[in-house]
Amino acid sequence: MSVKRLQWGVRTLGEVLITFGLLLFLFLSWQLWWTDVTANRAQAVTIHALERGFGPVGTPERTAAAHVTPLATLTKVPFGEAFAIMRIPRFGADFARPVLQGTDHDTLTNGIGHYPGTAFPGQVGNFAVAGHRTTYGKPFSNIDLLQTGDVIVVETKASYVVYAVDRHVIVTPDQVEVIAPVPQHPGVKAMQAWLTMTACHPRFSATQRYVVFAKLVKSIPRAAGLPASYMAVPAGTVG
Amino acid sequence: MYGALWRLLPGPWPVKVLLSLVLFGALVSVCFLWLFPAIAPYMPFNGNSVQSGLPFPASPTSVI
Repeated sequence: MSVKRLQWGVRTLGEVLITFGLLLFLFLSWQLWWTDVTANRAQAVTIHALERGFGPVGTPERTAAAHVTPLATLTKVPFGEAFAIMRIPRFGADFARPVLQGTDHDTLTNGIGHYPGTAFPGQVGNFAVAGHRTTYGKPFSNIDLLQTGDVIVVETKASYVVYAVDRHVIVTPDQVEVIAPVPQHPGVKAMQAWLTMTACHPRFSATQRYVVFAKLVKSIPRAAGLPASYMAVPAGTVG
Repeated sequence: MYGALWRLLPGPWPVKVLLSLVLFGALVSVCFLWLFPAIAPYMPFNGNSVQSGLPFPASPTSVI
C-alpha cells in the first residue's frame, strides 16, 4: 500500500516537472518567436496608418516649386501614440519603424519609444528613443552595426529629419545622462540637435545599454521630398 | 495526473486523442494570449531604456 502511494507520488512529481519544463519551452518560443510575429504585423499596420496620416510625399523635382512651409513643431504627443517613422538604411532599404511617445513595456512592444520630456525630431536638444534589441519586432536588433556617418531618417508629418551617427557607448541602465539635452553632459545647455538611441546589451540581457548618438544633418520639409541619396543602403548591410 | 486525465476523457481512444489535442491547443492559446504577455514585463531581460529614481537631470555619474 505505502509502496503504491510512493510510486504514485513519484510519478505525479515527474509529470508535474515535465509539464513545467514544457511550459518554460513554450514561454521561450512565445518570447523569442511569437512576439516578433505579432509585433512586426502590428508595427507594419502603424507605419501604413502614419504614412496615410502624413499625406502624399513630395518629390525632389518639386523642391523648387514647393513653398517651404515652416516646420510644424511637435510639442505634445499623447502617451503611447505614434508620431514619426524611423528609417535606417543600414538596417535595410525598407526598414521603417513607428516612433511612439513613452518608453514603458507596452509602448516598446508597439515600436520605438520616445523618452517623454526629451526633444522632438529636429529640435535643438536630444531626441532620445529606446527600442528592443531582441523580441517584439526587435527594431534595434542590429544597433551594434551602425557606423559613424550612417544616416538615420526620422519622418514626421512636417518634415524628414536626417541624422548621422556620431558614436556609441555601452552604459549601465541607470546612466540617464545619455539622454541629456547634450548627451553625457547633463546640465549643459544644448546648442544643436541630437538623436540618442538606447537598446539592451548584450543581446538577450538587460544588464547594460547599447547607446548610439547621432547629430542632425538636415531637416527637409515634407513637401520638398527626401533626396534618394539619403536612403542609399551602405555596403555591408545585413537587412 | 495524465493517466487520470486520460481516464476522465469520454469515448473511444480516437475521441480521447482528439479531445487531448483540443485541450492542449486551448492551453497553448491561453498561455500565448494572456499568461505570457502578463508575466513578460517582470522578466529580467526586457529592459531597453535608461532610467533612474532621481528626477532627470540629476545624475552626474561618469560614463564608461
